[in-house]
Amino acid sequence: MSGELNLDYSLLTPEFGLAGLAGLILALDLFVPAFRKEWLPYVAAAGLFGMLGLSLGWVNKESEFAGLLFIDNYTTFFRVFFLATAAVVALISAQFVQARLRHPGEYYSLLVLSTIGAIYMAASRELLTAYISLELLSFCLFVLVSYAKLDARSNEGGLKYMLLGAFASAILLYGISLIYGTSGSTFYGDIAAAYEGGTAGFDLGLLMGLVLVLAGLGFKVAAVPFHMWTPDAYEGAPLPITAYLSATSKVAGFALLLRLFSGAFMPVLDDWQWIVASLAALTMVLGNLVALQQRNIKRLLAYSSIGQVGYMLMAIAALSSATSSALLLHMAGYVVTNLAAFTCIIAWYNLTGRDDIAGFRGMAERTPLLAAALTAALFSLSGMPLFAGFFTKFILFQAVAGEGFLWLSVIAVVMSFVSLYYYLMVIKELYVSKPEEEGRLPVPAMISGLTVALVVGVFYVGIFPRHLLEVAEEATKVLFA
Amino acid sequence: MQTGYILLATIAVPLIAAAVLLAVPSRYPNVVRAFAVAVSFALFGLSLYAFFAYQIAQVEQYQFDLRWTWIENIGMLGEEGITLHLGIDGIGAAMVLLTGIVTFAGALISWKIDYRNKDFFILFFVLVAGVFGVFASLDLFFWFFFYELAVLPMYLLIAVWGSSSVFPTFARTKEYSAMKLTLVLVGASVLIFVGIFAVFVEAGLGTFDLPTLYEVEFDEDFQKIVFPLFLIGCGVLAGLWPFHTWSPDGHVAAPTAVSMLHAGVLMKLGAFGIIRLGMQLLPEGAEFWMPALITLGTINVVYGAISAMAQTDFKYMVGYSSVSHMGYVLMGLATMNAVGVNGAVLQMFSHGVMTALMFAMVGVLYDQAHTRDMRAFGGLVKRMPHFVAFFSIAGLASLGLPGLSGFVAEFNIFLGIFRTYPALGALAILGAAITAVYVLRMMAQAFFGPANEKWEHLKDMSRYEYAGGALLIAFMFLMGVYPSPFVDRIADSVLRIPGIG
Repeated sequence: MSGELNLDYSLLTPEFGLAGLAGLILALDLFVPAFRKEWLPYVAAAGLFGMLGLSLGWVNKESEFAGLLFIDNYTTFFRVFFLATAAVVALISAQFVQARLRHPGEYYSLLVLSTIGAIYMAASRELLTAYISLELLSFCLFVLVSYAKLDARSNEGGLKYMLLGAFASAILLYGISLIYGTSGSTFYGDIAAAYEGGTAGFDLGLLMGLVLVLAGLGFKVAAVPFHMWTPDAYEGAPLPITAYLSATSKVAGFALLLRLFSGAFMPVLDDWQWIVASLAALTMVLGNLVALQQRNIKRLLAYSSIGQVGYMLMAIAALSSATSSALLLHMAGYVVTNLAAFTCIIAWYNLTGRDDIAGFRGMAERTPLLAAALTAALFSLSGMPLFAGFFTKFILFQAVAGEGFLWLSVIAVVMSFVSLYYYLMVIKELYVSKPEEEGRLPVPAMISGLTVALVVGVFYVGIFPRHLLEVAEEATKVLFA
Repeated sequence: MQTGYILLATIAVPLIAAAVLLAVPSRYPNVVRAFAVAVSFALFGLSLYAFFAYQIAQVEQYQFDLRWTWIENIGMLGEEGITLHLGIDGIGAAMVLLTGIVTFAGALISWKIDYRNKDFFILFFVLVAGVFGVFASLDLFFWFFFYELAVLPMYLLIAVWGSSSVFPTFARTKEYSAMKLTLVLVGASVLIFVGIFAVFVEAGLGTFDLPTLYEVEFDEDFQKIVFPLFLIGCGVLAGLWPFHTWSPDGHVAAPTAVSMLHAGVLMKLGAFGIIRLGMQLLPEGAEFWMPALITLGTINVVYGAISAMAQTDFKYMVGYSSVSHMGYVLMGLATMNAVGVNGAVLQMFSHGVMTALMFAMVGVLYDQAHTRDMRAFGGLVKRMPHFVAFFSIAGLASLGLPGLSGFVAEFNIFLGIFRTYPALGALAILGAAITAVYVLRMMAQAFFGPANEKWEHLKDMSRYEYAGGALLIAFMFLMGVYPSPFVDRIADSVLRIPGIG
């Protein structure tokens, strides 16, 4: 980069605020013994919402920090997205953490800190900055996944996640070094410029670099065949962290992928497009087929989220401005839906201690609201109309087909048909099977409110998608400027 | 006054009713019932209005036109974005009326549902909204949207409120049937979905608007490839052999009102799709594939009738008889001549009211007797004279007795078939003869003859069942003796389908 570096620290205010918030939570936990610790999640959520409000100040502004971090509509979209997600996760954690986990201070501060990593993954236009942001997110998640210290499954999941994660990071770094070696830069813009006009013939270094970068990032977003950690980590992690993994960790991976591939690797599209397309096809087929045989809701959602990653990867394979805005739309719909589903599952787990699908029997009799909301969420995930999933999938598949990947879209449609089966099997337990015990269960007002809000969100995206689609369109304009 | 808001209301009213029902406390089941019946009466009124306010022989092919931009053009969707475009031609008008009738009758019949009746009616209205939406949509996106919406509540409706069947060697649980029906229908929709993509991309106009797409002359090879997607995708829902097996199982397992709506209206949605998406959009593809459809349709008629003859369960008999009668619709469409297609649409209406009545009557009996084995009954006419009268009228309409709707429809179809495929006409009539056998045999066995002591306690229909049944019978007679309101509307629109001679 030539000339003066723009070191305008004010661009990073929301993240400074988040770091401060994380410190504040730790301090409250440590030094204010009188402070009632059940208030911590609300402090965290309030802080996160505050920063969300602050980050809206950058809507339709474009600026950059030292060429490393770009604060534009794309970043603002993901800032809002990740902050809102983290706030919801903090709220749904409240009861769970209080009842089942120790050290709430560290839990919430790690949650807040990981958000910074996620945001910078979306914002960075430089490989090492992106890498460090990714690590910040990953390290917070390694700890959070193994947070239930006395639960063997949590430890196992955390260990697997960390070991494989470290391995994937090494692969990613090696890939980055090869990219740097062939292009001479780590800035996305410079990489694209270096590859402009094509490479002279077959460039093994570039191809290796791309393959390794894809493998490393594929691990982070749980693309097949790098998905092996996902079911165990999902199953072992405390439930709210499973929700967080399925939302922020995946979406942040895609935010990075999208910015990287549109910003740096567009000129060498032919070298990687077929790789991503085959990854996408494999991921959706395997994720959805393996999901068919799961008995535990966390593992089921783990595999179904792998299937969803397949749909999202299609957008990267058929990269264009149409598919990227469709991808953002789909991810937003997916996360709202998934959070709604997890809110119900966590509330049910708090009440009954069951997270196997058979344990959901008769939920409709005992907690009608949770059952209805979970049903809505599952129908949305399978892509039924009125719910978010129908429209976001329709637009995504159509955009992918429009870029000449009709075969991918066809696989996706068939797989989303397959997914209906396993979602229906869950719905069957909710409504058809008789409950093991009689009697209504009391759902806390906060959880009821949150559930209703999220389900309304699912309907809103499904019935009035216009606004979100426009926002997604605006957010991705900078990628193809 | 003609305004598209009538059609919008038929979709919005049930959806709003479902939302309102969410707020009604479930401890007031009678409030729920009264509300549901009132809403469905309003829907009946709306559909009646739409049918009679539809004007015959106008320049515009589609009346009650309404366009409402749902998503504007923002680059990725093409010029027009996605528009909710509603409108009906004569075929649509008849189908909207049919939906209104069956909805109202179904809500009346469902008065007796006690278990979670609020949830039942919520799902019921979602189903109704989807069905109205399909018949009124002139936009591919929304056509598909409403199609899926109609399938969406089926699993729960069948699995929660349905009933299982036990056979000597195996059982069909309601969960099994519900899953089968849902998966087969959604699986079929995959084909439609792919077809829609293909048409959208091939046309390259960036619009899902059907009348606009009708203007496009698609490449002949493209039409030949894509038409089967629509034919099979929609055909599955119409009970096309060999994809029909979901239909008897699903309809038997479903609760009465859902069987009525599903066999009465939803199967027509498949035939309607073959017209709208297949014949109107891809006329050359239709011409190429129609010999295949007539073959499958003939198998439908004969195979369905023979299967119905083999049943001892009332509801399975009606279920297979639906497969057989939908075969006539498919045969009529496949003739590609005005009389045959006209007959097919008439049959869609006629079979809709007739089969709804049959399912309603089976429900009346089953809810009291808790068995549907027709061999177990005898002399029911002494205990339940009105019930027997109603059921017999439905049965006679199904075998095509003049004066009832079935005759008008089947007569047109036979005429059409004899014009194009004379040899198959004989088989079609054979189907009608077999129908006479199983219907009359059932009546002789269960309704007449010596009374079985075991059924002393059976009561005749309740007033709600009476009202629902009478409504359906009224329209069967109307179409049977005075078919011109139907024929005028339908024939005019049929002639505007390309390739109909």
